[in-house]
Amino acid sequence: MIEVEGLTKRYDRTLAVDDISFHIRKGEVVGLLGPNGAGKTTTMKILTCYLSATSGRASINGFDTFDNSLQVREQIGYLPESCPLYLDSDVVAYLEFCAEVRGIDVSKRKAAVDRVVSDCDLGKVTRKVIGHLSKGYRQRVGMAQALLHNPPVLILDEPTSGLDPNQIRDILSLIHNLGREKTVIHSTHILSEVEATSDRVLIINNGRIVAQGTPRELMDKASGTTVYLTVKGDGCQGHIANASFVSRAEKIGDGTNGFFRMAVHGIDGGDISVELYRLAVENGWLVSELRAESASLQDVFANLTKIGKA
Amino acid sequence: MQTRNVSAIFKKELRSYFASPVGYVFIIFYLLVSNGFFFFIADFFRAGQASMRGYFGTLPWIFLFFVPAISMRLWAEEKKVGTLEILLTMPLRETEVVIGKFLGAFAFLAITLALTITLPLSIHYLGRPDMGVILGCYCGALLLGAAYLAIGLLISSLTESQVVAFIVSVAAIFFLLALGAAPVYLNSLGPLVHICEYLSLKSHFDNITRGVIDSRDVVYYLSVVTLFLYLNVKNIESRKWR
Repeated sequence: MIEVEGLTKRYDRTLAVDDISFHIRKGEVVGLLGPNGAGKTTTMKILTCYLSATSGRASINGFDTFDNSLQVREQIGYLPESCPLYLDSDVVAYLEFCAEVRGIDVSKRKAAVDRVVSDCDLGKVTRKVIGHLSKGYRQRVGMAQALLHNPPVLILDEPTSGLDPNQIRDILSLIHNLGREKTVIHSTHILSEVEATSDRVLIINNGRIVAQGTPRELMDKASGTTVYLTVKGDGCQGHIANASFVSRAEKIGDGTNGFFRMAVHGIDGGDISVELYRLAVENGWLVSELRAESASLQDVFANLTKIGKA
Repeated sequence: MQTRNVSAIFKKELRSYFASPVGYVFIIFYLLVSNGFFFFIADFFRAGQASMRGYFGTLPWIFLFFVPAISMRLWAEEKKVGTLEILLTMPLRETEVVIGKFLGAFAFLAITLALTITLPLSIHYLGRPDMGVILGCYCGALLLGAAYLAIGLLISSLTESQVVAFIVSVAAIFFLLALGAAPVYLNSLGPLVHICEYLSLKSHFDNITRGVIDSRDVVYYLSVVTLFLYLNVKNIESRKWR
């Protein structure tokens, strides 16, 4: 559906996107994750044909973004960062203008506008001037504009920025639902958002893709599961460190009454809390804490983007 | 190029002049100024002639300030607010957007100009003006305005600031007007004087106010419009050059 090969974009002296390649299948929801200035927006601007790449190519549904830009633009709905809108127009007039430019037949325009007004919950503000709307409503008008022509591909640049938690939840569930029938690329620097919505995550830093995979895969790949254990017993530290299923065990603190606390990593990064429990029972140790914790996407992100900077 | 797309942009632009008080204020102010010029500065009553020649003589200078005010927002505002990004990622050709915007602004100018119809009507009431000449002058005014608009539109596409667009447009148009006055100052330039005179926006308009619509003058204005709209399209496309 979306093919990107060796995409590079240079603005004067800065390299914004550096040889990025990825493929997105039909119906996937992909999150572009990265710190500000990582190259997410530039990548999206190239995909939407607003800018052209310095080198490399991108295509959507088989149409090249440079050579067949009109066809590409017919396939996509785009919500740019900061959601720019004509502030002096009212909501319906704006959507009707978009429908006209999108080539929606006069007889079907009203139906198309009504559909996005209800999908984006704009019923209360149809005749209000966009400039008088709150940020949340404006974002929804931007989404409505992107959905109006029922495009197979949606490109959303930070669709949740500047919204309150309820509005964020609404937009995320909208994205999630859209993902059932559309291919969606959305960018964000908030990790929980991609966890909640995306089938796949591309982590971008300094213009390069530093990791990709499902949120789950990325978490497992990063450092696996750590089991925290607070335990008391003879020679238990040595025992645990030498157990066959343990790759690494370190003492991270002393508890009271002879307990001490350890962080234990399994051999294949899996959850070894059950094995540890059995070991403790077999040896008659006292256990006051046994807790498995996966690396969060937060950790993955922090690690990858730090490495990228070094 | 698709007419449907041009017409969508045209309607959007024309509507947006009337979406806020700005359009109305502009029209009222223009009517005040042009009536003031007609009756007092061009001194219609003392001149004792049933003609609008004095008024049309001052028109290039009135337009100098009014037309850039129409064109300044066309691109600069979209760039500043960021709506340009949505507009240019819709399935539209750059040519369609440029022509649509130009025609929208031109229609607004034409509406404003049409509202000065009270002037020829007043003259007609008072005397026997040559309505053919007046009609010709109105056509000339539209041609002159179209040329100003095309220049202003290009300049608006070069900046994000409407104020900069306005000031630079006034300066650029003033330069092209003043070329027509060059013979006075630049007698020493010899043959260059004729070139300056030919290039000037004003000398061609002067021909029209004399009551002669010469195809050469019409061609001149249409060429100016075409040239600047072409440059405008190229400038909008230039973001994608590689």
